[in-house]
Parts: sequence; C-alpha cells; structure tokens
Amino acid sequence: MAQAPGSDSASSRPHAYRQQRPLVLEVSETKSMKPSKAKAGGQAARPMSPHLQVYRPQLTSVLSIFHRLTGVFLASGAAMLCWWLLAAAAGPDYYADAMWFLTSWVGYALLFAWTFSLFYHLCNGVRHLFWDVGMGLSMRATYASGALMVGAAMGLTGLSWAIGLAVYFS
Amino acid sequence: MRIETPLARVRGLGSAKEGTEHWWMQRLTAILLVPLGLWFVSGIWWLVMQGASHDAVVDWMRGPVTATLFILFAATTFYHLKLGMQVVIEDYVHNKKMKWTMLIGLSLGCFIAGASCVYSVLAIALRG
Repeated sequence: MAQAPGSDSASSRPHAYRQQRPLVLEVSETKSMKPSKAKAGGQAARPMSPHLQVYRPQLTSVLSIFHRLTGVFLASGAAMLCWWLLAAAAGPDYYADAMWFLTSWVGYALLFAWTFSLFYHLCNGVRHLFWDVGMGLSMRATYASGALMVGAAMGLTGLSWAIGLAVYFS
Repeated sequence: MRIETPLARVRGLGSAKEGTEHWWMQRLTAILLVPLGLWFVSGIWWLVMQGASHDAVVDWMRGPVTATLFILFAATTFYHLKLGMQVVIEDYVHNKKMKWTMLIGLSLGCFIAGASCVYSVLAIALRG
C-alpha cells in the first residue's frame, strides 16, 4: 500500500519519536572510503556498524556506553575495597595507610566518582533487568527510563554526599 | 542432510559452543547486587558517621549479619566483575595471546581478590 508522502501525522505513527531524533548513520567521505585504502580483493574498507566515529550519538547509545565505562571503572573500586578490607584485617597501622589514601584529594575525587558510577551502574542495571523481561522496550519508554535513570543516579549521589558531608562537618 | 537429532543440536549449542550460562549468571548476580549494593552504601554511610575509624570497622563487621552480607557482597561483586570485564576484553582485545593472557589474569585476579575479601571479613569478625 503506497502512502502519499507527508500524509501521516505524528500521532498516527507508532514511532513518532524517530521523527525528532532520526536514527541516521551519517557516513561522510572518510579516508577509509578512498580506493587507496581498499582492502585486498577489491572490497572497499567501509566502516562497519556501529562505528562510533560516524554514528550520531543518541541518548540511548551514550547511556549504554556509559554503562560499560562505569562498570570498568567500578572494577578499580572493587580493587580499592579489597585493599581497604585487607588493611582493616591487618591492623590499625595498615588501615591508617589505606585511609590516608582515601582521605587525600585524589581519594575523595575517586570516592565521588565511584559513588556516582555505582548508582549509575545500579540504576541502569535495573533498567536492563526490566528490558530482559520485555518491559519498557518502546522508543518512548527507553528515552523516558534513560532520563529517569540519570536523574536517579545523580540524585542518589548528591544525597549520599550531602548527608555524608553534613555529618562530617557537624 | 542433517544426521543430528534435535536434542543433539541443542546440546551442541551451535558455533558459539556455549549456552546461556554467562548471560544467566550475569543477571543472577545483578539481581543479588541491587539489595547488596544499597546495603553496602548504607553501611559505608554509617561507618562515615562513626568517623570511619578502625574500631568502627571492627565493630561493624563483628556482627554475624554484617559479616555474612559482606562476604556475599564481595563474592558476588567479583563474580559479576569477572563476567563483565570478560566481555569487555573479548570485545576489544583481538590479539589472541594478549586476549587469553588478560582473560586468565582476570579470572585469577578475581579469585584472589574475592578470597582476600572473604579472609579479611572473617579475620575481623572472628578475632574477638
């Protein structure tokens, strides 16, 4: 069934969201497209999808990349937790060494980043679990839950540090 | 003509030669880490309120519930960490020797770190 162009209103389309945020692969004339860079066998070395350099970032893809980044960063937090626990078990002197690092400026910066990463990875992980059971998979729901998740992660991080600092300075 | 029975095909698990074990354990540990992660953060909160002294840590971990939850948290964290980092390595490291060196290092590192955490919690909890 051919439809006259422009006859569909936004409300009648199930994926009206796509009109505002088109999922477009913006492939420009890159170096890899030139014949001189062509692979053996006559095939041009075209970028493979999803190729981050030519892929217009959307909220969904950026949040997904951050999920992995926070996960990798949290691995260093787990290593720190291991050091801290071992130091606590080894005695007050060793514990003081670990706490010297944690209460340095570098330590505080890392703790703040670990706090945010933990809440982000946790909230987005819950989002993933909902997707796993088939909930919230529409375009609109994905964007909404993404925004909600970022807000929740920021809110929980802010709340944690506000309470922590309030107790520290009281 | 395919000589395999459908059961043999399922057991063969296709060209990947593995099934849903990795995916499933990642979800199980994720579900477990939601309450455990929140419990851990609240515990750190409490610890900060006590001044985060060595005595406060010992006091906290001496409780049987705290010690058990902490061991569970550490073990689940390193299991989940291993599964996640494994995928990252498999995705980005294409040199075969480097990839397997990193995968073996990751597994052993997670075992060692997990064991150290369990030992530490037990040492603090049971020392008296």
